[in-house]
Amino acid sequence: MRILPQPDNELIVISVSINGSTQHFEHPLSIAELIQKMALGDKRIALERNGEIVPRSQFSQQHLAHGDKLEIVVAVGGG
Amino acid sequence: MINDPLIIAGKTYHSRLLVGTGKYKDFAETKAAVEASGAEIITIAIRRSNIGQNPNEPNLLEILPPAKYTLLPNTAGCYSADDAVRTLRLARELLDGHSLVKLEVLGDPQSLYPNVVETLSAAKTLVKEGFQVMVYTSDDPIIAKQLEDIGCVAIMPLASLIGSGMGILNPWNLQLIMERVQVPVIVDAGVGTASDAAIAMELGCHGVLMNTAIAAAKNPVLMASAMKLAVEAGRAAYLAGRMPKKLYSGAPSSPTSGLIS
Repeated sequence: MRILPQPDNELIVISVSINGSTQHFEHPLSIAELIQKMALGDKRIALERNGEIVPRSQFSQQHLAHGDKLEIVVAVGGG
Repeated sequence: MINDPLIIAGKTYHSRLLVGTGKYKDFAETKAAVEASGAEIITIAIRRSNIGQNPNEPNLLEILPPAKYTLLPNTAGCYSADDAVRTLRLARELLDGHSLVKLEVLGDPQSLYPNVVETLSAAKTLVKEGFQVMVYTSDDPIIAKQLEDIGCVAIMPLASLIGSGMGILNPWNLQLIMERVQVPVIVDAGVGTASDAAIAMELGCHGVLMNTAIAAAKNPVLMASAMKLAVEAGRAAYLAGRMPKKLYSGAPSSPTSGLIS
């Protein structure tokens, strides 16, 4: 759901798909802030946004947009 | 011990046993088994982080650190070239640019047999993007050569189906592959017990990759050490040059003269 921007101080909420599930966030939110919110700050992760890898060095510079599709992955045991 | 290193993509390894990290009961067992195996190259899978999971849960890479092991991210569970490529791009970012990867593209979830058409396609893309691809494949020698020609750094044919423990079902195809490719041939999938690993090495394979054989053993840590010995024994036997097999030789091991009568 997105509320059209109105005079200053109005809340803008965007919806973003993360690992297949739709979530809503206040805009603006950087990827770094998202990672903190998800308690993944200490974990070794990799992130794909709309099919493109976002390097860790870019997490603070990139902000989520409405309709973004993110995949956030970790290493697990496997053969 | 003889100096007989395994060289993959220009890097030297001393263990010819590669192990997976899946199917263990917990991280402690994973760590103990990996250590007992002596493996230097270990595979890992790439999966979605579980949103809402316990944030205090340790990460696999804390018990098997990238500084100590060569971590080989796989594409287990991928059924298309596109998914496999995306997974490995994520893996390379996850591992700070590390580009040695294991490619597998499966054809069906029951047999887990590789889809070699999608595998060839994924391999082409990945090699172009600078990955060093160790590729899981069938024991088809024509496909194996095509994968090498594409630029894969190791060919990893199955011995039998993933997780089946059926052992080396077609040693002849493995031999055909080894006659045709120059890069290391590492048997991957289907090893069940120590003799299977030894047989693979006696055939002249350069290494063996296994997961279930160790993790599903009643005593995984003991099986891991057995596998370490089996790979070493098989390799030494291969280098020693076995005696020929004959129906009969008529040549006993003890002198034929000086017998009492």
